[in-house]
Amino acid sequence: MAHAWEMQHDDSVVVIGQDVGANGGVFRATAGLQARFGPDRVQDTPLAEATIAGMSVGMATHGLKPVAEIQFMGFIYPALDQIVNHMTRMRYRTRGRLTCPVVIRTPHGGGIHAPEHHSESTETLLCHIPGMRVVCPSSPARAYGLLLAAIRDPDPVMFLEPVRLYRALRQEVIDDGRALPLDRCFILREGTQVTLVSWGAMTLETLRAAAELETQGIDAEVIDLATLSPIDADTILASVAKTGRLVIVHEAARNVGVGAEIAAIVAEHGLYDLQAPIRRVTGFDTIMPLFRLEHDYIPSVTRIVDAVRLTFAD
Amino acid sequence: MTIVAEFSVGYRQILDPNGRLVGPLPGFAEDVAEVVKMYEAMTRVRAFDSKAINLQRTGQLGTYPPSLGHEATHVGVGAAMDVKDVLAPVYREYGTQLWRGVTMTEILMYWGGDERGSDFAVPRHDFAWCVPIATQTLHAAGAAMAFKIRREPRCAVAYIGDGGTSEGCFYEALNLAGARTLPVVFVIVNNGWAISVPVAAQTATRTLAQKAVAAGIPGLQVDGNDVLAVRAAVSEALATARSGGGPCLIEALTYRLSDHTTADDASRYRTQAEVKEAWTLEPLLRLREYLLRANAWDDARERALLKDCAFEVDAAVHDYLATAKPSCDAMFDHLFATPPAHLDAQRATAHRYATKPGGP
Repeated sequence: MAHAWEMQHDDSVVVIGQDVGANGGVFRATAGLQARFGPDRVQDTPLAEATIAGMSVGMATHGLKPVAEIQFMGFIYPALDQIVNHMTRMRYRTRGRLTCPVVIRTPHGGGIHAPEHHSESTETLLCHIPGMRVVCPSSPARAYGLLLAAIRDPDPVMFLEPVRLYRALRQEVIDDGRALPLDRCFILREGTQVTLVSWGAMTLETLRAAAELETQGIDAEVIDLATLSPIDADTILASVAKTGRLVIVHEAARNVGVGAEIAAIVAEHGLYDLQAPIRRVTGFDTIMPLFRLEHDYIPSVTRIVDAVRLTFAD
Repeated sequence: MTIVAEFSVGYRQILDPNGRLVGPLPGFAEDVAEVVKMYEAMTRVRAFDSKAINLQRTGQLGTYPPSLGHEATHVGVGAAMDVKDVLAPVYREYGTQLWRGVTMTEILMYWGGDERGSDFAVPRHDFAWCVPIATQTLHAAGAAMAFKIRREPRCAVAYIGDGGTSEGCFYEALNLAGARTLPVVFVIVNNGWAISVPVAAQTATRTLAQKAVAAGIPGLQVDGNDVLAVRAAVSEALATARSGGGPCLIEALTYRLSDHTTADDASRYRTQAEVKEAWTLEPLLRLREYLLRANAWDDARERALLKDCAFEVDAAVHDYLATAKPSCDAMFDHLFATPPAHLDAQRATAHRYATKPGGP
């Protein structure tokens, strides 16, 4: 829907990727676009991720706004050379002469019994790259508004789409062309005693944990990080100043995860607001297992609740 | 202008779609029992495939990529390989894997979301399935380099799909294999479709076999629905590679009669007429005709074979379904030879919150 709105209103927007045309994308995210906007503006690429990223650089530096799909996050690695060495530094190294307004959309995370290499959440690798925003919506409405913002942004945006949300959440979305802000967190639930920060599909478990905590007398605030890089430190610090406790929840592995960056920000700028040590509830520092064990890997509501309770036990 | 180089691409077919010989019978096929063995293997993998789709449809298997229509290519390659050779598969070449000793239960375990499926009892040296497209071609070239350095008379065989030939890895593997005269054979299974993208949208070349030309190695096409042609072409390529003659690229022309995977719906992007036409060329039909005409097959043997296949598949499904879910320790086991200490705490956390054993 966001694709269609922006294609209708901006002739420079083109959609490229594997199976995005007649097939409408393996997750149906581009369904109907080729029939409506034609094969020039909605193009199946050859099966090559370096091609998709590299041609996006060429198209974007010459007047187009590619919205490219990498079919699964596990397939993004051949594209990284182009993303790291060209897409994200084009503006910088040409001193603003050439720019790369590219959106790369790719599925994120597990939980849908998908095959190997289809369920990883490796956003940390992407967040470490300077010159690119990394965005991860937590609902269909937020996906609509943030994707519009990403397409309108003059710089590269990596847009991670949680696969569990493709299936789990149905929501009426108003197709009014209104973008949501990038670089901003969203407060999904206001609370006073503990701040829970999460993003993507993990916001579902985090909100459930907050509801469970309420029955135990703990009033939790839930923040959807939404833009993973750069991090909206102000919103998080203001929340921690109010609650005095911070628990970060993410599906990705713990080691050098985005949660560590959030913890560092709060340690640097909000340490004296804390009444308890910061806690992280994350995936493990191992490979995302094949699906029989994926729910042993993805943090559960109970794990989140227990971690929050520990911040009250100290 | 002077022409400094010219190239041609050959095409090989031995059995036409009606099961009639259109080329000289290769040596291995002079013993009709050997041909029967290949027909049985093709029937066996088709029976397995159909059951696997059924398991997925009934919620007992994850997403599954069928091999329907590819049986001649897969069995032909398997039969051409030596047990000591190394296979680098993509993810649907069950016909080759079963021939080489991988079990139906192992295949089901992998697609059923259990890493133990990739721990083949036999053959220990083959690579496991490879989902990141085309990456396996370089592994095969590397294995071939190991054989070359150690002067072992072994070869590597890498599969790749028509779509995969668009990836950089594929060209890099061909180039390396040519530049170093490696004992490796690349088999492109050209089944017409990379999910929804037809070959014509993938590349402007008339054949995929000619991609070999730029790498300085031989490239040829075979009728991928003709098991005799596939086996003959791959056997010859392996013999050349094994004796130090270098690599080869073989394009097997076949058709994906199924959806890409059970998560795909091919009716969105291709016509029923095209699929119907492809069924007239499918590989089992012509081989059965050939064997019937050679008096090496009959209805009674066909019925007995189908019964045996059903029995074998059912036994494998039983073993697969009876395999208990692994402990959450499996997430940490085999990550390192010597696990770093910090993972102990995470392992303990995983145990504390593990989902119920024996569940789905």
